[in-house]
Amino acid sequence: MIVSFLEWVDSTKWSVMLLESYYMWPLLETTHVLTLALFVGTAFMMDLRLVGLAFRRVPVSAFTGRLLPWTRIGFAIMVVTGLLLFYSSPLRYYRNLFFRLKAVLLVLAGLNVWFFHSRIHRRLDEWDGDWTPPRAARIAGIVSLVVWTSVVFSGRLVAYNWFDCDIQPQPAWVNTLAGCEVENDETARSDEEGAPTLAGWITAS
Amino acid sequence: MPESWYPFFEWCEGTLLGSAVRESVVAFPLIEATHLVALCVMGGALILVDLRMLGLGMRQQGIAELASQVRPWLVTAVAVMLGTGVLLFLSEAVKCFYNTAFGVKMLTLPVALLFTFVVREKLVQGLETGARSRILGSVSLVLWFVVAAAGRWIGYS
Repeated sequence: MIVSFLEWVDSTKWSVMLLESYYMWPLLETTHVLTLALFVGTAFMMDLRLVGLAFRRVPVSAFTGRLLPWTRIGFAIMVVTGLLLFYSSPLRYYRNLFFRLKAVLLVLAGLNVWFFHSRIHRRLDEWDGDWTPPRAARIAGIVSLVVWTSVVFSGRLVAYNWFDCDIQPQPAWVNTLAGCEVENDETARSDEEGAPTLAGWITAS
Repeated sequence: MPESWYPFFEWCEGTLLGSAVRESVVAFPLIEATHLVALCVMGGALILVDLRMLGLGMRQQGIAELASQVRPWLVTAVAVMLGTGVLLFLSEAVKCFYNTAFGVKMLTLPVALLFTFVVREKLVQGLETGARSRILGSVSLVLWFVVAAAGRWIGYS
């Protein structure tokens, strides 16, 4: 059902126009990439403070109160440009292994934000000025740094076709995770030969 | 790019490092992604201080104080950007020679670096929010925006 819906989205006039546009698509992607500096950048600064690696003389409330609105503006721009980029080629992204990984990581990042604001941030008064915040806050900071770094990596790798469905044979686990619809004998063949190398997949294409 | 520089770009592409990155399937994408993560740290470190100079963001803190506290991370991120950037360039130097966006980036990058580590660094001492700080913050944001946008555009042309 998801696939047939995305097939329909893929065929809409605006989706095709966006994908084939000479300037619009690069402009959207450039905005998406440059906004990383605002969104992930300001989030990283707060994470470094939470972990105790920077801004020790600046209270945490200065970050959550004064900097966070800018992080949110960055997030809004990321979501809008990201959704439009997805809209330009929904089926391709839906079956892209790195895109799927990125989606899972985004959920993890969201859970971490929720955990921090619902549990740790509430008692900020007790440790606002501490050079080293409590353990839970430090963990939330480290998780944020690691997960957002992984989001950036997987997001950048979406552009590469290493695991794309139309490049076969792929190992069975790749086809399963990417949701590729392949003939059984193709998967079987790749199993017999063992996992092919990345280079093998590229040249096979 | 002046035609007489072509041999240098050709030599860059032939270097051991350049060939190694070009011949590996995963090296370029991974270095590129690292370049982007460093962009996040560098961008965050710059934007935090630039916003403050514009009278936005963390207004309870002094401009010089924020600039000095963020400095180690700014320097580290810029170092990673330069290291990864050089590797990416070496792997496709000849393409860069013919690339207008690359030319724009190479013209603006030294200006942005000098502005940040010489001009801004010096003027930030004892600086209060005002016309002067707002000009400094705006110039910084515009300069780095051009560098970053030109950088992304290398891949399209």
